[in-house]
Amino acid sequence: MAGKESRLRVRKEGGITNIEFVDRNILDEANIQQIGEEIASLIEADPNPKLLISFSNVDHLSSAALGTLITIHNKIKAKRGQLRLANIDPQIYEVFVITKLNKLFDIHETSQSAIASFA
Amino acid sequence: MPEANPPRNEACVTLDEDTSLYRRIEAEILAALERAEFPKEAIFAVRLALEEAVTNALRHGAAGLPNPRVTLSWRVEPTRVTIVVEDPGPGFNPDAVPDPTAPDRIHLPSGRGIMLMRAFMTRVEFTPPGNRVIMTLDRPSASQPHQRTM
Repeated sequence: MAGKESRLRVRKEGGITNIEFVDRNILDEANIQQIGEEIASLIEADPNPKLLISFSNVDHLSSAALGTLITIHNKIKAKRGQLRLANIDPQIYEVFVITKLNKLFDIHETSQSAIASFA
Repeated sequence: MPEANPPRNEACVTLDEDTSLYRRIEAEILAALERAEFPKEAIFAVRLALEEAVTNALRHGAAGLPNPRVTLSWRVEPTRVTIVVEDPGPGFNPDAVPDPTAPDRIHLPSGRGIMLMRAFMTRVEFTPPGNRVIMTLDRPSASQPHQRTM
């Protein structure tokens, strides 16, 4: 991925990798693919991945983005890691509810709540 | 001096895999919705359903064709927005698409597009053989929030 600007802002604190999106809308397939690859690299590099993905800058996403999140979830689960989602706009949260992905993902209203929930 | 490209409330365009063209058309549709003062929830719904329909048409309907192209028609009226997406493929049976919320499918990364289209638009109709979808969204009234079809 030489030369491509990261689509993520990543900060590691207390063993938890905090991830925010650079883009306000996670729709573009090229961006979604890059996001997936970047997060996959983070997971691979961590023997005990604890990821918090914040949607605080996101006002739109697509089913392809949901698919990438599911893939991330599956990768973390395979490593017995932990994943939390936080700061999801109500309209986007509705997408998770309709697809019942609110039952698959551990979703918190705030980053603080999500961070407190990590084992 | 006349405006070079006056804002449109309807159009019919041909899309290919060039996402920048799609984004320009999407922006045009959303701008028309904003001019017509559709609420932000409706604009969100149209944006999502439109993305899903076009992605499905290009990725599935036009897949395998040498120059995949789909036709997108749209019209914004005071109380309704209509979007039609058509691909040159053989079609499919939308009723045969598996339920993506089923326990054995919830972990799969794909298969949610049609569900989201139906959830967020007022009406979604596939014209046989299934390579044309007509989606409408009626402006929600103040006393009756947007009723979703599930």
